[in-house]
Amino acid sequence: MTSLIEVENIGKTYGSVIALSDVSTVVNAGEVTCVLGDNGAGKSTLIKILAGVHQHDQGSFKVEGEEIRFSSPREALDHGIATVYQDLAVVPLMSVWRNFFLGSEPTTRFGFLDRKKGREITKKALSDMGIDLRDVEQPVGTLSGGERQCVAIARAVYFGAKVLILDEPTAALGVKQAGVVLKYVAQARDRGLGVVLITHNPHHAYPVGNRFLLLKRGRALGSYEKSEIGLEELTRQMAGGAELEALAHELRGVEA
Amino acid sequence: MTVTAQAPPAADERLGKPRLLDQLVVRPEIGALLGALLVFLFFSVVTEQFLSLGGAATWLDDASMLGIMAVAVALLMIGGEFDLSAGVMTASTALVTAILSTQLGLNVWLSLLVSLAFALAVGALNGWLVMRTGLPSFIVTLGSFLALQGLNLGVTRLMTGSVQVSGMRDTVGYESAGFLFASTFQIGGQSFYVSIIWWVLFTVIASTVLVRTKFGNWIFAIGGAAQSSRAVGVPVVRSKILLFMTTAFAAWLVGSINILRYASVQANQGIGLEFQYIIAAVIGGCLLTGGFGSAVGAAIGALIFGMARQGIVYAGWNSDWFQLFLGVMLLAAVLVNNMLRRRAERVKR
Repeated sequence: MTSLIEVENIGKTYGSVIALSDVSTVVNAGEVTCVLGDNGAGKSTLIKILAGVHQHDQGSFKVEGEEIRFSSPREALDHGIATVYQDLAVVPLMSVWRNFFLGSEPTTRFGFLDRKKGREITKKALSDMGIDLRDVEQPVGTLSGGERQCVAIARAVYFGAKVLILDEPTAALGVKQAGVVLKYVAQARDRGLGVVLITHNPHHAYPVGNRFLLLKRGRALGSYEKSEIGLEELTRQMAGGAELEALAHELRGVEA
Repeated sequence: MTVTAQAPPAADERLGKPRLLDQLVVRPEIGALLGALLVFLFFSVVTEQFLSLGGAATWLDDASMLGIMAVAVALLMIGGEFDLSAGVMTASTALVTAILSTQLGLNVWLSLLVSLAFALAVGALNGWLVMRTGLPSFIVTLGSFLALQGLNLGVTRLMTGSVQVSGMRDTVGYESAGFLFASTFQIGGQSFYVSIIWWVLFTVIASTVLVRTKFGNWIFAIGGAAQSSRAVGVPVVRSKILLFMTTAFAAWLVGSINILRYASVQANQGIGLEFQYIIAAVIGGCLLTGGFGSAVGAAIGALIFGMARQGIVYAGWNSDWFQLFLGVMLLAAVLVNNMLRRRAERVKR
């Protein structure tokens, strides 16, 4: 089986700044590839290349076995690569179903919005993902942060994404909400999508991930299958020496 | 994914009877409607002419000229932008029509077409400048406001030697064009200006586009979160430019009604009106920050304006009181709108 996405020794420089260098990983259908790293590790650069926002200038980037170079996010979308950004997911004042269909609205024969169809499909697509909303007419802003991410994820799935890139979906969420989002990440995985999960929290990555790519200062610190690494080791590698203590403290809070 | 047709689902048992305040969140025009009712009842009681047909013809006409613009400005505000040149544009379009017809002897219909093209071009320029520079539309259109004001006076003085263009009555096509834009119709022996019909028509079209079409969906989206909309494929630049052009079109409509009704136009007309449009839109439930509002609400906001302005005249009060009323209305509307928005945006984590 060819991988949905395969990057090999990929690199990107902004002028004299090496943002990313020599990074390789794969994204398979039905699997979650986690990209871990602290701020400035190159996570954003990597996903921006995958999402078509930036172009790589070293290495190879293959989508379904085909060497590719996206010139715009739209092109990535057309190849089935959808990105859900942490803060750019939805329009808060608009209703759930209007958000869901934004940019791809269903219309009747006369060119008017098919509001009934929009509401029904939204409700169905969300419930297929296990999200049970009371009312798809309510403004998205009234949903919790986790639910908003879920609406964005469900939207990407419904509109035929093959690869779902999630940029720090759990970063701004509480423990419980983060768990809810991770559940939907697993849902998307089980429906056969390839998922790229960007996070700086190994505790969020480990339960759902199949593969872990650790980045540090623009380089791959390590790349592991789940069978090759345990949570302790993942955490240790990510934190590294001095920061470990502070992180361990944070994790005790999560476990409690 | 296939979606099979199914019977409408039974009401969700978790949905209690919606509370009044929750319904207000999705209906931005309710506040304005209540306000309009209050103003209507108040002046119906304290004055005699207000409730008569003649009275209604007067305040409806006042509201209609403001309302056409307020509705267009509301669409633009929902789309997240302002147009301070909207007021002066009503004079610019009238001046273009008048100068072409009276000074160059063009048929009125042809002059109207040219001034429409002029208006749309200025609207497109406004929009393009805002999108291209990324500056706040408040600043960009303040610039075009001043520029148009200067052009209005300068060109008029150059062409006519005065700051007024008159003599429309003798131009070719004045009668037929006047029928479309400035005639009256009879209800119960009372003449009403046709501008009222234009107002209602414009409101209905604007409201339908806003709530029932793809483009309407985009208007809310680009005003609420332009970056997010762009990320899902909404043509943000094109949509915003179209909204500026819509405002310009409305200004052309009002300018044409004015010039054909009064047959003359002052070059300094329209200055200061842009704020009345914004106020009417805000009273009608539009947020100053964009992404929320209603075309019908803006029309009702204009109705409140017209009723209060004429009601105060009928009551025999000094018109100074109108400004006080306006200030209080505006503050009340902004407070209510803000409260509604906080409700809509409240984040539960």
